Amino acid sequence: MQTPTDEKHCQLMVIGAGMAGMAATLFAVKQGLQVAQAGLTGEVIYASGVFDLLGVYPPEKRQVREDPWRALAELAQAEPNHPYARLAPQEIAHAMDLLTEYLGEIGLPYTGHPTKNTRLLTSVGTAKPTFRLPISMAAGSEALAQKAPCLLVDLVGLRGFSARQMASTLAHQWPDLRTATVEAPGPVVHGPKYPEHVARTLEVEAERDAFAAAIAPHIADARYVGLPAVLGIYKTPEIVAQLEERLKVRIFEIPTMPPAITGLRLKEAFESHLPTMGVDAYYHYRVLSVHPASSGGFRLEIGKNDTEQVVHADTVVLATGRFLGKGLIPERDGIHEALLDLPVHQPRHRDRWYAGAFLAPEGHAVSRAGLEVDDQFRPVTADGRVVNDRLFAVGSILAHQDWMRTKSGVGIAVASAWKAVQAICAA
Amino acid sequence: MQTQVLIIGGGATGTGLARDLALRGVDCVLVEKQDINAGASGGNHGLLHSGARYIGSDLAAARECREEGERIKRLAPHCVEDTGGLFVAVAGDDEAYIADFAARCEQCGIAVKAVDLKDAREMEPELSRDLIAAYAVPDASVDPFKLSLDNLADAQARGTRVLRNTHITAFEKSGTRIQRVQVQNRRTGAQFSIVAEQIVNATGAWAGHVAAMAGADIRVLCSQGSLIITQNRLSHRVINRLRQASDADILVPAGTVSIFGTTSVRLDDPDTSRPTVAEIDAMLPDGIAMVPKLAETRFIRAYAGVRPLVQSTPTSDDRSVSRGFALIDHTKEGIDNFITITGGKLTTYRLMAEKTANRVCERLGVTAACETRTAPLPATASGKWTEPGLTPRLWFQQKDKSDLLLCECEMVPTSVVNAITANIQAEGGRPSLRELGQRSRVGKGPCQGAFCSLRLTAHLYNEGCLSADQGLEELRDFLNERWRGVHPLLWGQAVAQAELQEALHCGLYGLELVEA
Repeated sequence: MQTPTDEKHCQLMVIGAGMAGMAATLFAVKQGLQVAQAGLTGEVIYASGVFDLLGVYPPEKRQVREDPWRALAELAQAEPNHPYARLAPQEIAHAMDLLTEYLGEIGLPYTGHPTKNTRLLTSVGTAKPTFRLPISMAAGSEALAQKAPCLLVDLVGLRGFSARQMASTLAHQWPDLRTATVEAPGPVVHGPKYPEHVARTLEVEAERDAFAAAIAPHIADARYVGLPAVLGIYKTPEIVAQLEERLKVRIFEIPTMPPAITGLRLKEAFESHLPTMGVDAYYHYRVLSVHPASSGGFRLEIGKNDTEQVVHADTVVLATGRFLGKGLIPERDGIHEALLDLPVHQPRHRDRWYAGAFLAPEGHAVSRAGLEVDDQFRPVTADGRVVNDRLFAVGSILAHQDWMRTKSGVGIAVASAWKAVQAICAA
Repeated sequence: MQTQVLIIGGGATGTGLARDLALRGVDCVLVEKQDINAGASGGNHGLLHSGARYIGSDLAAARECREEGERIKRLAPHCVEDTGGLFVAVAGDDEAYIADFAARCEQCGIAVKAVDLKDAREMEPELSRDLIAAYAVPDASVDPFKLSLDNLADAQARGTRVLRNTHITAFEKSGTRIQRVQVQNRRTGAQFSIVAEQIVNATGAWAGHVAAMAGADIRVLCSQGSLIITQNRLSHRVINRLRQASDADILVPAGTVSIFGTTSVRLDDPDTSRPTVAEIDAMLPDGIAMVPKLAETRFIRAYAGVRPLVQSTPTSDDRSVSRGFALIDHTKEGIDNFITITGGKLTTYRLMAEKTANRVCERLGVTAACETRTAPLPATASGKWTEPGLTPRLWFQQKDKSDLLLCECEMVPTSVVNAITANIQAEGGRPSLRELGQRSRVGKGPCQGAFCSLRLTAHLYNEGCLSADQGLEELRDFLNERWRGVHPLLWGQAVAQAELQEALHCGLYGLELVEA
């Protein structure tokens, strides 16, 4: 016999624990709603940690934008179905501010230019436009903008991160880049080094001095030192400050390839702090099914494989992501929404999903597939009917946007989450 | 540059010819516009035919396959996995063809044996429950890359010079002879010329183009065949559909994976070849009828090769055009020192090379006899890393933790990558991600190069193999190339993998913004 499952009630159930789900939960709980949240945090661990608003527009012209707000105005004009077109610029700015203020309060401070995009140095030597970045990465953008004398450091055993690669790739525009390779912090052991392991080592104060001592001989006249993003998981600002103090230079982190810790920091911060605000959290659990109840509201079954918890919710926010997050299921015969089989806007046939070249500037049609919504971010049918007036969808599952090519993932996630929560509270 | 024989094309025939001539003491230069086996020689099943497939259409070809297949098993055993093969028919297949099969095989000297249906399903549990006939034949699996790389390495050891990424820009004629061949390195743009006594056009599907440049006219039909690679090996043996040779009827094991195909789609220009969604969708139902597991297995990659079919009479069915090869002497068209060898099959590459070498030697007045008929093909380092499962095995044995894995899916360590780059450099090339992919299992696992491309690029910079911003172009080229094979197979879990790759390479790195 199965053990009887628990039953609970909440005003709002947020399904999904990526950036959109976390933002929706945060905004709702701050508005005083009784919130439950469930979902795998799988996708967040791939996050770069930087918050894009709109970095490239239009993508087919490969236009990198310094002023995201001007780009947004053009986008809203040209693409009335885009999620951003359903939001006022002030709403988008406000949502982004709310999120970064909160992260600052819980020890993961973000920074950036008040209104403009910032360029972030990547480990392949490109300069990514982004809007808000962890303060541990800020000095890198400064150094890149000034082309200041700078030392890039890589670690023995940390694969896919080569200081020499970055310096060579950027040499024509940034001649004052130098490189060094040092042993990763901690006891010298052969074999691969992983960012998470190195970062946990640096959480220990004594290890930071030894690490600084290993870097010191290479500094010469450098005013900045760039390191892979391994400077702790919980105490990054403190570690950066301590290294800067020892080495008398500005320190910055450069995002690494997966498995990275930039996403892990966000995951850990949200997962440890949202429950303390009263969120009934089911992280690492999936919502197995959602049924609209005849009395209004929804009945949700939560568990790993079998139902372990039943939640009755007045309102549901779907923040289940796209293919990687398993919000959308791509079968050979078409794309389906995973939980409620909601109508999915998509290309007519599978042979239209992808362009012939992976790096085709216009991107892939499948990236713009997803849920169509109204101005309150409620899913609608192809003829524009609201599916359920207590059901909302936010984040990357939304149709008519390509966050990867326009560099707008977190912006869309956070702004749509904010708008949906406003609509829920107003109802 | 001066030589006795200029070989154009680095496929199975060109590399086989290089070795054959080198063994006879003839000085050769081989030019290849891309890399070894970039055309049909790399784009096939890797099936070493017993000949049984051709008993319905071409008995001569069936006999040739039988002889040459046996010879390759004997002389190049390190390139072959002698799996054996089964021909199976399912309910609905042509009964008359089945009835004649064994007798026709025997007529060609192919060792054929009827297999009880219950035994067949025990031998190959993934076979359909709807079998109506099964025969065992001596088919095998062969690694075409290893074969060509080893042929070439042996030729090079005997003095053959090899120019990769080098294409022909013009033939300069004087009277009835090609006096000089203008070539260009496609990477550096450097142009130079080669003076050769004899010139062999071994460019497969491109043979018509190259011949036309020399002022000769041959009609080569281009027939694209697409294949798909499964994540796991589905059978021990080669599985053939027991019916008149058709699309989607062969499943060949290759190490830890299986290869299913193929199709036949007419192309006007072999350079436009790539597997399509339509081909995959058309091919799967036929395969599922034979091996039902194909309905649920995960596919890793698709690829396509272009068969050169030499046309004698106008035809609309590419499979009725002879798969036998064509050795064309262009004397009648007024060129005395130009020969085209095209058509044929991987299994008969050596015979094609032998016949061509005989003709060339006759013209050069060289009397040395062919040795490839009897001399074993030496195994060399340049070919060995393409074998699935080899690098993990060595890596585990060696237990050196500081030898970091650069490709985690296929477990290719730094030491192997360094050995391959050293090899490429010794051959005068610059190691690229694409070439590393061709010479090893790098990028062939489930991540399809998303992660290993980054680790390899970083490593190549650290080793001084890349400089300035070459890495960006390397990544772009490698990812776009891998995409050709992934693109038609994107549904289910593979879509999530593609999304992760795009989030990383476009979302974070912005590689699509880099001007090519």
